Amino acid sequence: MSDSPTAVVHARGLRKDYGSGDGLVRALDAIDLDVSRGEAVAVMGPSGCGKSTLLHLIGGLDRPSAGQLSVAGQRVEELSERALAYLRRDEIGFVFQTFQLMDELTAQENVELPALVAGYPPNEARARATALLEQVGLADRARHLPSMLSGGQRQRVAIARALVNDPGIVLADEPTGNLDSASAFEVLSLLSKLHAKGLTLVIVTHDERIATAADRLISMRDGAFIDETRLTGGSRGTLSTFAEWQS
Amino acid sequence: MQQEVVLAMLAKEPSHGYELRTRLARALGPVAGDMSEAQMYVSLTRLEKGGFVARVDAPAQRSDRKVYALTPAGQERVTEWMSDVSWPRPDLAEFHMKLIAAAQAGLADPVSLIDAQRRDLLRRLREVGLAVMEEEKDSDAALLLEGIVLRLQADLRWLHACESAWTKRGTRK
Repeated sequence: MSDSPTAVVHARGLRKDYGSGDGLVRALDAIDLDVSRGEAVAVMGPSGCGKSTLLHLIGGLDRPSAGQLSVAGQRVEELSERALAYLRRDEIGFVFQTFQLMDELTAQENVELPALVAGYPPNEARARATALLEQVGLADRARHLPSMLSGGQRQRVAIARALVNDPGIVLADEPTGNLDSASAFEVLSLLSKLHAKGLTLVIVTHDERIATAADRLISMRDGAFIDETRLTGGSRGTLSTFAEWQS
Repeated sequence: MQQEVVLAMLAKEPSHGYELRTRLARALGPVAGDMSEAQMYVSLTRLEKGGFVARVDAPAQRSDRKVYALTPAGQERVTEWMSDVSWPRPDLAEFHMKLIAAAQAGLADPVSLIDAQRRDLLRRLREVGLAVMEEEKDSDAALLLEGIVLRLQADLRWLHACESAWTKRGTRK
């Protein structure tokens, strides 16, 4: 199969083992995955099925045991630790279940931080953070500490932070897992809006409602893909069947 | 939905078909589908024949439209309908029997039937989920769509249980 020029993620025969000998655990096996630019892919499956491991490999937080993996055009298995760190910083935005914001920094400072680390001058980092907080609907909360924000607002700050260095892809691991349904809906609406504007996304989730907002849904079990459902196209017009008229 | 819905909407005040259609569309949002004003008049004509509604004189300015009002029989029907607690049931038994028949007669693999059904429900969930996001928050239609989302999620959960059970049965043989 040829490497599509629009593929942000391109994986073939990806495998990840932990431990060795009798304690060997094959967390991922024979994974083939392509994610196109602008595409949103959801990954679902029971705990321990390998979906978070997959996200960690794509995000360069961990390295594959075998197989090939390209992210944003770079072959991950050939990168030095340093090059991998640059890839993470410049091309990957992470969104975690537990937000992972710095408690002692304001919303604005949390969003600015990765831009400063990436070498943007402070005024540029500030401008980027301000624009992103505006985009996630939290312009009026910029000076708040995370502890003063609701769960949904904290996750929106985390999403703004994930976007601050214009990553090629955003990886979200259970982004609504710690939220009540109203906050989950806020986060879902925001991710949908960003995706509609062209953001490339891989979302690991337990929630079908979140998953079905993606273009494609992959089901995993025991470290392998067991099913793939294309959600876009050919499915309009079922809404009115919920109010069928009996005459 | 039953004809009683049309009757109940007339309980507010005498109306013509166009206005009823507009109110229905607002309450149902994208779920309203393409029910036309013409279909509304078909319903009203049928209800008129049944003696549940009657034509009343139109206000002078819109004399071209037929205005309907509830009759006492219609009023009574609405009252009964309001207190009726019957609830539409999704036909789970039919799908359940499809799986059993498929397995017993070797017509199909139950697990692949479940997978196909699951894909269909996931696509529906997507459509409803996206529709909710397009609605004004707290609108009547958003509340209805939310109910449809929860219902689909419950059905998906049951399919998940079916899948686990039939996968186990498949490997037992």
